[in-house]
Amino acid sequence: MSTATEPVRILPTTSADAGDSQLLELSMGPQHPSTHGVFRMDVVLDGERVMKLKPVFGYLHRNHEKIAEHETYLGSMPYTDRLDYICSLTNNWAYALAVEKLAGIQVPERAEYIRVITAELTRFLNHGALIGFLTQDMGASGTPLMYAFRERETILDLFESLTGARMMCNYMRFGGCRVDLPAGWLDQARKFVASLPRFLDEFERLLASNEILMARTQGVGVLSKEFAVNAGVTGPILRASGVNYDLRKVDKYGIYDRFAFKIPLGEHGDTYDRYMIRLLEMRESVKILNQALKDIPDGPIIDPKTKIRGFKPKPGEAYGRIESPKGELGFYLVSDGTANPYRYRVRSCCMMNLTVLEQLCIGHNVADVVVILGSIDIVMGEVDR
Amino acid sequence: MTLETIKSEIEAKIPGCVLEIVPNPSPSGQHSLRIDPAHAVAIATFLRDADELQFDYCSNVTGIDWPGKEISEKVKVKKVVDGVEQEVEEVRKSTTIGYLEVVYHLFSMEKKLGPVILRMRTEDRAERVHLPSLTPVWQSAEFQEREIFDLYGVIFDGHPDLRRILMWDGFKDHPMRKDYVEPDDYEYEPTAHDEVLERTRQHRTVMGAL
Amino acid sequence: MLVILSVAKNLGIVWNFEVEVDSVFGEGILKGLAETARNFLGSYVSKKRLTTVQYPEERLPQIEAYRNFPFLVYDGEDWQQGLRCVSCFICEKECPPKCIFIEKSTDKKPDAVGKLQFYPKVFNIDVSVCMSCQICVEVCPFDAIKMDTDYELSTTNRFSALLWDKHHLAKSNEHYHKIHPTEAAVVDAQLAAERAKVAAKAKAAAEAKPAAAPAAPPPVPAASEK
Repeated sequence: MSTATEPVRILPTTSADAGDSQLLELSMGPQHPSTHGVFRMDVVLDGERVMKLKPVFGYLHRNHEKIAEHETYLGSMPYTDRLDYICSLTNNWAYALAVEKLAGIQVPERAEYIRVITAELTRFLNHGALIGFLTQDMGASGTPLMYAFRERETILDLFESLTGARMMCNYMRFGGCRVDLPAGWLDQARKFVASLPRFLDEFERLLASNEILMARTQGVGVLSKEFAVNAGVTGPILRASGVNYDLRKVDKYGIYDRFAFKIPLGEHGDTYDRYMIRLLEMRESVKILNQALKDIPDGPIIDPKTKIRGFKPKPGEAYGRIESPKGELGFYLVSDGTANPYRYRVRSCCMMNLTVLEQLCIGHNVADVVVILGSIDIVMGEVDR
Repeated sequence: MTLETIKSEIEAKIPGCVLEIVPNPSPSGQHSLRIDPAHAVAIATFLRDADELQFDYCSNVTGIDWPGKEISEKVKVKKVVDGVEQEVEEVRKSTTIGYLEVVYHLFSMEKKLGPVILRMRTEDRAERVHLPSLTPVWQSAEFQEREIFDLYGVIFDGHPDLRRILMWDGFKDHPMRKDYVEPDDYEYEPTAHDEVLERTRQHRTVMGAL
Repeated sequence: MLVILSVAKNLGIVWNFEVEVDSVFGEGILKGLAETARNFLGSYVSKKRLTTVQYPEERLPQIEAYRNFPFLVYDGEDWQQGLRCVSCFICEKECPPKCIFIEKSTDKKPDAVGKLQFYPKVFNIDVSVCMSCQICVEVCPFDAIKMDTDYELSTTNRFSALLWDKHHLAKSNEHYHKIHPTEAAVVDAQLAAERAKVAAKAKAAAEAKPAAAPAAPPPVPAASEK
């Protein structure tokens, strides 16, 4: 039954338009400070210019999808934390949304508001960490990173007092959230969100008109609209290329249609646009947070009819997706009526966003590869699952 | 824009294609359209380029393994019992040929249309596992079809670069299949118990006190 | 700024980018440096800008809801007699990485509310596998397993030291009150209510028995003369 093909030699060793020079095949290997995890790129170089680039991943493959076939639906929830390990609460929400679609479960209002608040806080800390890591790869030695991490620490403290853990939250349940907000959490969150615009001003002043940053990112890695859509790219990268597609406005999942916020779009589609889009999205997140923290009602936080143990949805399938900070994170579930899913699939936004990496890097220098990869924002836990 | 209208439009545009709506009993209401592999690329191109549809975004490509099921049916057979020919009911057991299925979730970024789900089935799980690749139509299918090839064994004809993506290059067998057997390469797991302990005991002597 | 410009020209580097030039080339870098200086100098005067503590001499106050690895709760002084776990196997079944290993006992002992129940003869948690997801706590119907908050758990032996047995896991209810006071108060109130219910039922059963006894006819004495 072996249908494996032979490993294909895909990188040429000589090229017609390289002239006299020999092409260099470089493996920017899995152990590398700037590849955002265990990620490898086989790069064919002509001097400093990239001729061909093949991403190689799978080093963090834990076969989450097969584990989920042996676990119950609830038992997979802690594993979803570990997909995109920086934004665990949005992963939880995506999975809970897919199961709620599969089983037709309603979510009470207070739980929806809590979900929006935690998701926007997650988006804030993800974009902050991304800008920090991107600028660190460019040589800013961690200063913007530590500024972003200062705010991230406060957000993680908020998550810890709510869910019990800083990163692996395991908080969403099918039909709502696990526990209610503890006393004083809302005031703490409101105080923190009130201080965010000043932080964002400081963060922007630090780097936004920095000439070195602009020289290294403007015109680098231009992604055209048509190619972005065809390659299945979603999230801030797509919007930086000028396509107006944000799942919070298109699908209106949860209660996002109650909040007034704008979608920033980029014009050029280069790395600088991808960088600025994230700064602007952080500001929009603060807008949503202000509205949600003001309007959150009292009430139950979980649908009382949903079972914790012995949850067996009826046979069928569902595809649920949300706008995670990195793109469209979707879960496709096929149920056969038992307590374990028959097929559990994670539509990983980071892996799809990597489709364009080769096209973006060709013609640029090796140093730009690191910058482009940083702006695509991958987390290996989600690429490999 | 329901699935039935899309189906009739495709049938009008592409003669000879065999379409079937696969209903979805869950409350999500996401019914899918089963297409035949021979016309798959034509159907995909039509869905992408038609003016009123413009499904330019292929979001999710996934594989599902449906192994063969044992079915037993009662058959009336004429048999000689005690010298008299009678009709006797016999129970015949057979196994259906399983198949591998590939599911595509399509969305339209231009028109903000909801999911259109396409399904393609292979003929069996052993040799006839070829399906046409939709990567020339939507490049987002490139990595995902490679993953289905890696983990399920479906061979996509027309894929520009079909090789393993998540498992290493020399790996044999396809891990996500339902009948996949893990290799017996257990190292000593120090705090093991239950069946893991049994397996490690078969390999090595237990060191120290557990 | 003049220095930077001349170096760039000498090296022949061509800048091809569009920049919203305010006035001076290099102003963006200067603005950024002003921010950094403000933060650096500010950390000497303002507490908000000094965001680190000298761990392990200073520690930040621990948040109450924090969870690390599970532990078994026992009431009273004797950890064996007061152990709340009744060996129902629910946590073992629901644990996602299957790190709990329980063996039921053959005799019974009174549990936290006073009913006679089985208890675990063996209760192991493989801490090298446990991912602190807290599902065991969520599904336990007897409030017997709760999450601990201790994180300084380095051992020198990664074999037996990471398989925690019943004795290692059993910690008192006072410990639970110390680490999670609000939760422990709620659990105690619930258990007290259940204990009262069980006691009331036992009292009602005990009162019903003597009332039934006089209704029975006195036993006939055995004829021993025969």
